Amino acid sequence: MTVLLRTEEVHKAYGGVQALDSCTLEVEEGTVAGLIGPNGSGKTTLFNVITGYAKADTGEVYLAGKKITNVTPDRIFALGIGRTFQLTRIFASLTVLENMLVASRHGNAAARRRAMEQLEFVGIAGHHAELAGTLSYGQRKLLELAYVLVADPAVILLDEPAGGVNLSLVNHITERIRELNAAGKTFLIVEHNMEFVMGLCDQVTVLDSGAVVASGPPGIIRTDPRVLNAYLGEDLDPENPGEDE
Amino acid sequence: MTGTVSRQRAAAGLALVLLAVAAIMFPVVFSSPVITNYAIYALIFIAVVTAWNMFSGFSGYISLGQAVFFGSGAYAVGIAARNWHINGVGVFALLPLAAAVGAVIAVPFGLIALRVRRHTFIVITIAVFFIFQLMAYNFSFTGGSVGVAAPFLPWSPTTFNDRFYYLMLGCAVVAVVVAVLVRRARFGLQLRAIRDDEDRARGLGVRTMRVKLSAFVLSATITGLVGGVWFLYLTQVQPPSGFDPLFDLSLVLMAFLGGLGTISGPIIGALLIEPAQLYLTIRYTNGYLSEILLGALFLAIVIFLPRGIVPTAGEWVRRIRTRGRPAVPPASQRAPAATGLRSEEPATSDEGRSRLTGRPEASGETEGAGRIT
Repeated sequence: MTVLLRTEEVHKAYGGVQALDSCTLEVEEGTVAGLIGPNGSGKTTLFNVITGYAKADTGEVYLAGKKITNVTPDRIFALGIGRTFQLTRIFASLTVLENMLVASRHGNAAARRRAMEQLEFVGIAGHHAELAGTLSYGQRKLLELAYVLVADPAVILLDEPAGGVNLSLVNHITERIRELNAAGKTFLIVEHNMEFVMGLCDQVTVLDSGAVVASGPPGIIRTDPRVLNAYLGEDLDPENPGEDE
Repeated sequence: MTGTVSRQRAAAGLALVLLAVAAIMFPVVFSSPVITNYAIYALIFIAVVTAWNMFSGFSGYISLGQAVFFGSGAYAVGIAARNWHINGVGVFALLPLAAAVGAVIAVPFGLIALRVRRHTFIVITIAVFFIFQLMAYNFSFTGGSVGVAAPFLPWSPTTFNDRFYYLMLGCAVVAVVVAVLVRRARFGLQLRAIRDDEDRARGLGVRTMRVKLSAFVLSATITGLVGGVWFLYLTQVQPPSGFDPLFDLSLVLMAFLGGLGTISGPIIGALLIEPAQLYLTIRYTNGYLSEILLGALFLAIVIFLPRGIVPTAGEWVRRIRTRGRPAVPPASQRAPAATGLRSEEPATSDEGRSRLTGRPEASGETEGAGRIT
């Protein structure tokens, strides 16, 4: 399989804190990759470096073999990487449909039609005329996913898509991701919900103190002693989840 | 529903026509130069506050440096007329120059100031403002503290104000039309997205610097033009009048009073504040009285009417209309989109496939998963 997204020896420090330490990660095209690790292990920092929100001190980021290190977020989005945030970031004073059109390259009828299709796909089309600030947290998560889809990105980075939402919505999000993945979309997902990660991802990478400690299929990762150590001995078996969420 | 929308549009259209007729007939009905002077100043501030709102109100970047463009537009016309020996009504041909000077100054000003946000941005705009005021005081070509006088206009005193009234009315209409077009365009949507979350907007492909700078320059262009007209009306410009700190505070107050980021709000603010301010200045010898009252009014607005007149009035109307209705309609009245994960119109085409992925729709598992909350 082709590697679509790759980080190579990425270092990032904030003052004296080494957030990323020689972090190398590969996401193959058409897969759903998971990125897990304890709090403060550098997952979101890696997302920020990939999407241009933070500059790497050293190291490189590649998309389909093309170097995209330290490119600005607007260009990263145009190049084909969309992302959501751990805490949802929507445009509260705009309507749901206007939120979608911000991400669209055009504001014409075709763009509106496509935006409505995305809203229907995630299940909140009925709210298109409402102010986004009035949406519930779960609906905001779906809106974020929908407007990332507007530009038809090759890779979608989801930061805790199942965080803080109820089980039925987690199932709904899982289903949408599976459907998009089957249509060819590649995902990189940061998530603390081990059941969600292990059930959805083809590959899982584990970060600890900014460095990759393990990478492989979920079945292997959940029994890897380095991973268990990184999680302070917590059981990663979804049948017996003991992780902090 | 369609009928209600049509009625609303017809009412808005009728109101607009009546407003236009009233604006055109105003100098005919109120021919006193004292009254038309009030109207001209109100129109000057309608045009400038609308231009200011086009950038600051839409983007959330509160500028206290708009007087830079206003004063520069005034000085540009005055200096050009003096140096190029342009007299009479020919000076009106210099108004595009006033607009261009505003635009040209806005580019480096914006490139510096728009790199920072919030309080830092405000401080930089104030700093640039004082730099321009000091330059006006100290450069010889600006006439120092004496300033620049406008060429004599060979107009009868009885029609002098009327002509400027219609000229300023034209400027105000242009400013409002441009603001409406900007707000409705994708450009305006991007500005409002920047106001909500600039970094997120960047992450969705919005070239934020380009968008902000374009709005800043557009706003400066209109303000420069109005500054030129104001100079010809007043027939002179001096550093404290061309670069007046109270000018910027007045703009902010008008926009906040009426409703920041709305189209009609700043206009209402200008119509309320500018005539009152002018009246106080003319009526009372204490020149600081209007400033003291403006400051008090600003505090009152921030405390009691933080969203401004137009948004607050809109909220009241909505409350009255929805009074007595349940927050969530009964299930029997609810649209499918509100009760399930799907909207009223199914996401599938006739073949039962997703428009997005081209694959068969998800099974009923998600359909019945409950309401998204």
